Amino acid sequence: MTLLGPALAVSAVLFALGVAGVVIRRNVIVIFMCVELMLNAVNLTFIALAQRLGIQGHVFVFFVMAVAAAEAAVGLAIILAVFRHRETVDLKDITLLKG
Amino acid sequence: MGEVLDTVLAFFGWLGARETLFWAFSGIAVACAGMCITRRSPVASALYLVVTMFSLAVLFALLDAQFIAVLQILVYAGAIMVLFLFVIMLLNLGRPGPSDLKGPWGLGLGAALSGLLLLQLGALGAAGPPEAIQLPEGAVAALQAQQGVVGAVARPLFSEYLIPFEITSVLLLAAMVGAVVLAKRRL
Repeated sequence: MTLLGPALAVSAVLFALGVAGVVIRRNVIVIFMCVELMLNAVNLTFIALAQRLGIQGHVFVFFVMAVAAAEAAVGLAIILAVFRHRETVDLKDITLLKG
Repeated sequence: MGEVLDTVLAFFGWLGARETLFWAFSGIAVACAGMCITRRSPVASALYLVVTMFSLAVLFALLDAQFIAVLQILVYAGAIMVLFLFVIMLLNLGRPGPSDLKGPWGLGLGAALSGLLLLQLGALGAAGPPEAIQLPEGAVAALQAQQGVVGAVARPLFSEYLIPFEITSVLLLAAMVGAVVLAKRRL
């Protein structure tokens, strides 16, 4: 019993929730947390498939975690820098690239 | 008396069964993810996300990835989420302000997009990997029994994937320098 199908289903639901969070929220920090949620959902897929396709899936999860840690550090530093200039984390007020 | 005891033992056996635990913690993970994307206060969102990550760690352990489960708690729930909470506190966003949810159009678009994505992912998951490339059932567990849970991950990491592993260290160094440069007021 490998629970492959259920694990893929749960991972799909978590990923869709992450996408929904990115689309419906305007708080930059919450959007960033939703991106982490999506990365976690993908990790669950890797782990579920690694049961039948080889231990290399675990190695990939390891790399995803390293990239997520780097992304969190740089992303939060960017949020800090933007907050220092604009005094806000609401995407409604951060429209520098909007024409 | 014996029958009652048997029923109780059967109940605990059912409670401790792999499937029961899997569905219970899947439910917790999905429910807390839903709470995470709808709470107004960023601190509440972050704490719900921590619960989701702990539940995912349990799911990893149930899927024969005990080492990754420990890493999940250490790196995600421990380091990354503390970094998030630290930034939320630093920016003084702890108390919930006016709701930052988008209007009905944005909500509808989000629900439609994620529903569509869920359909696509469901179809993809139903397809599954072809039988021909699947290992026999229990092959990974046998490998872990032979080399150890950490060893089974470490061996490919330090042989086939040695160069990506080294590049990861450069990536972490670049991220560290980048974070310091971005967050510092003046160099």
